[in-house]
Amino acid sequence: MSWILLVEQTLNGLQFGVMLFLMAAGLTLIFGVMGLINLVHGSLYMIGAFAAAAVAAATGSFLLALIASLAAAAAAGVVVETTVIRRLYDRDHLDQVLATFALILIFSEGTRWVFGSFPLFLDPPDYLSGSVSLPFGIEYSRYRLSLIVVGLAVAAGLFWMIAKTRIGIRIRAGENDREMIGALGIDISSLYTLVFALGAALAGLAGALIGAIQSVQVGMGEPVLILAFVVIVIGGIGSIKGALIGAILVGLTDTLGGFLLPKLFALFLSPSAATSVGSSLASMSIYILMAGVLLVRPKGLFGGV
Amino acid sequence: MKREFLLNGGLLILLVVIPAVAWFTDEPFLITLVTRAVIFSIAGIGLNFALGFGGLVSFGHAAFFGLGGYAMGILAYHAQTYTPMLEWPVLVEGTNSMMIIWVIAIVVSALAALAIGALSLRTTGVYFIMITLAFGQMLYYFTISWSAYGGEDGLSIYVRNGFPGLNTMDPIQFFIICYVLLLVVVYGVYRAEKSPFGLMLQAARQNEDRVQAVGQVPYRLYLTAFTISGAITGLAGALFADLNRFVSPSMLSWQTSGEIMIFVILGGVGRVFGPVAGAALFVLLEHSLGGLSEYWHIYLGAILLGVVLFARGGLFGLIAGREVAHD
Amino acid sequence: MSLKPLLAAICTAALATGAQAEGLKVGMITTLSGGGAGLGIDVRDGFVLAVEQSGRDDIEVVVEDDQRKPDIAVQLADKLIQSEKVDVLTGIIWSNLAMAVVPGAVAQGKFYLSPNAGPSPLAGRGCHQNYFNVAWQNDNLHEAAGAHANSTGYEKTFILAPNYPAGKDALAGFKRFYEGDVAGEIYTKLGQTDYASEIAQIRASDADSVFFFLPGGMGISFLKQYADSGVDLPVVGPAFSFDQGILQAVGDAALGVHNTSQWSKDIDNPTNAAFVESFQAKYGRLPSLYASQGFDTANLLMSAMDSADVTDQDAFREALKAANFSSTRGDFEFGPNHHPIQDIYVREVIKEGDVYTNRIISVGLEDRGDAYAAECQM
Repeated sequence: MSWILLVEQTLNGLQFGVMLFLMAAGLTLIFGVMGLINLVHGSLYMIGAFAAAAVAAATGSFLLALIASLAAAAAAGVVVETTVIRRLYDRDHLDQVLATFALILIFSEGTRWVFGSFPLFLDPPDYLSGSVSLPFGIEYSRYRLSLIVVGLAVAAGLFWMIAKTRIGIRIRAGENDREMIGALGIDISSLYTLVFALGAALAGLAGALIGAIQSVQVGMGEPVLILAFVVIVIGGIGSIKGALIGAILVGLTDTLGGFLLPKLFALFLSPSAATSVGSSLASMSIYILMAGVLLVRPKGLFGGV
Repeated sequence: MKREFLLNGGLLILLVVIPAVAWFTDEPFLITLVTRAVIFSIAGIGLNFALGFGGLVSFGHAAFFGLGGYAMGILAYHAQTYTPMLEWPVLVEGTNSMMIIWVIAIVVSALAALAIGALSLRTTGVYFIMITLAFGQMLYYFTISWSAYGGEDGLSIYVRNGFPGLNTMDPIQFFIICYVLLLVVVYGVYRAEKSPFGLMLQAARQNEDRVQAVGQVPYRLYLTAFTISGAITGLAGALFADLNRFVSPSMLSWQTSGEIMIFVILGGVGRVFGPVAGAALFVLLEHSLGGLSEYWHIYLGAILLGVVLFARGGLFGLIAGREVAHD
Repeated sequence: MSLKPLLAAICTAALATGAQAEGLKVGMITTLSGGGAGLGIDVRDGFVLAVEQSGRDDIEVVVEDDQRKPDIAVQLADKLIQSEKVDVLTGIIWSNLAMAVVPGAVAQGKFYLSPNAGPSPLAGRGCHQNYFNVAWQNDNLHEAAGAHANSTGYEKTFILAPNYPAGKDALAGFKRFYEGDVAGEIYTKLGQTDYASEIAQIRASDADSVFFFLPGGMGISFLKQYADSGVDLPVVGPAFSFDQGILQAVGDAALGVHNTSQWSKDIDNPTNAAFVESFQAKYGRLPSLYASQGFDTANLLMSAMDSADVTDQDAFREALKAANFSSTRGDFEFGPNHHPIQDIYVREVIKEGDVYTNRIISVGLEDRGDAYAAECQM
């Protein structure tokens, strides 16, 4: 095993992590500000991917496709928030889980009804395809490298927005004391809609970016949704910083676990048994990580005391 | 309280009358459907014990449902192929006796619930929901890659397990077994709810400090409730596997956890009979909507949404009124 | 539970006893909703097309959606057998659903014709006289891929498949015929969508070619990421990642890839030409191999109805076994375990106008049966 391969795998883990962050950031904001468990986030991811595929097919422009994914997911987010989600803020978690579970059913079958049962086509643009040479003789996919850059840029933008802008101040105020921001004369309901739309747009963007190298199909959002929940629980629910660190931790664990565990077992098991045991353990690894973190810190890494 | 009592009685009678009529009119499939509802009821009652009485929102109960199923699948598989389950250190043979399988399913899922509960109960709220989900997913991926017992393909057994004096392959006789078990579970849960333990558990859900003040440890109450809850759901899993003569990892998927939760919420959280009404309604919806359109999940989603938004307290809340608090 | 299903049940019971028509009733359990619905829809459409073209009125088809869930499939089988009283079952796409349904159905004296799944237990020790597979044994296409790797001169192939029984069968099937060295062997997570890690390992290995079995969305993801990675080793795989339904979603990334299939739209015989044309005319899309399997299944069934009545099980079984129908695949016959003996072709992905499709370049395996027939005792 060469160290170049290890570096490449680490980059892969990082890329997976920053894409998870785009999903997790919205989830954790929505929970932090509104106290809502939002299972429908995976559907917004799917909507972003489908919108991007449809626009890319019609116009041929990847940039327009990305804008469409942001717009479509944000619009879907606003519609869902104002019609349904709004009624769930003062309910218990149980009602929230069930209502958003119901929304998943509606969105998934609705998308299938509109776009049919076959996967759609979405490809990275020509200027981002192929590979680039990094220092020390590392070859890496240009598109994946762009994903890392975009993901980190969005993360930086988000941190800046929350720390410096007026909206950010309101969001932080909302996380700390919900009654207080109402007393200060801020329109809570439009703040909530805004936060939800922001989270939705990030999920939609993630869907489009990932859809270009994976398959755009109904149900693509649910596995990512579960992973995003793992991320925010590890990071501490409500914490953007936690979401970023949790996402990268999960991305690295999943990628390096799947790569290293079979090799580890190959040291003392027969090759086929090692692959089989190693792959099984690798598929459980992030859940083991999550359980481990929660046992040491029951509120996640950055979830307060 | 009176209306709820009538509703309970009505449900129990309906669950007998429909199969009886189906039996006379030779519609065995209707009996199978009602059996399905009865088994789902038991699973829901199991979850409701933790969720309704203890306030523990578990998003991982599919794990116990699946463990019960696999207990049945593995024992019956070894009995059918005449292979021992374990040769060392002691010889363990498979079995196809339903009663032994039930006991083992209950013990296995109770132990799993004890272990998962002991770890998960260190967290609360959303973290509890998510850590139970994580344990569920862990077991799900484990069964998928467990190739000795079929992995993702699952395990098929060709005939149902035996029960002394009955032909379990006959739909009506298998229904009777499940129905009697439902009655036993309902009675047991009803007694537990009224017992000192049950009262203390419900008190702990409402106010932990007060329970601590009288010298009880909420953690232990919750853990006991979670263990009992897992055991009941495990029993339902064994029955479900026997109904289908098949067990597979899909019994442990997070969607199954969601469905068990749906039974509880559709019927009404925290009422002994809530999951029975919820499971019956779910099977009815699944069966009647499925015939309407390929896109029936849309309707199912809309109905669920309607129940959560407008019929708080589920079917029971709607019909029997909000007499029991469902904070 | 309301009174309505009860009344409905009583009514159908009355009708069933009153109007027991001559002819045959088929129950089709297939996946029409959720992930993977495209395959079930193709099988159903192919089957229905054949029945319509025959113009027969003595065959009734009841279609049910299993949502790709084994327990739903078992429940539907119970319903079709107990309440619809069907004579023949068919339609299941996935091996795990077939393993859940088929043993019970044939034990109850029903015929089962498999239009897609061919798990090894049902071909070997678990074979049954009433079970007929009209598609392939699961290993077949992988075996042909192994044989093709030999004839192309690959000596170090990197192989990967998902970590579940069909994935393990796939790699075993490939290695059964492949004579070169295995440069690396990876089991991926079922449903995995990101293959960056696997592709990196392929790049780092000294392989001269890649064999993969990743059906459906997994294959789309793998091919796109592989094309994007700059690794340019030749790829070979079974048709499941290159069927008509998903090729359009893969796009250029699939062009030129060799894949193995028992069917292709350019197999040169009149039945196939007519099938491709009429399917396209009716549904507005090109047929996939799944559609061809549904079409062949229906034609096999109707050929048996011509020479025997389903109430005479032994005669009907013989009639099925004779396989006296014209298949879209040309020659078609059953082996001793009621699985096909047929040619498996190697195809290449091409672009016809705007549409991605396949064309045959060679025959991978001729008259291939399967590796499990010897274990089958009927």
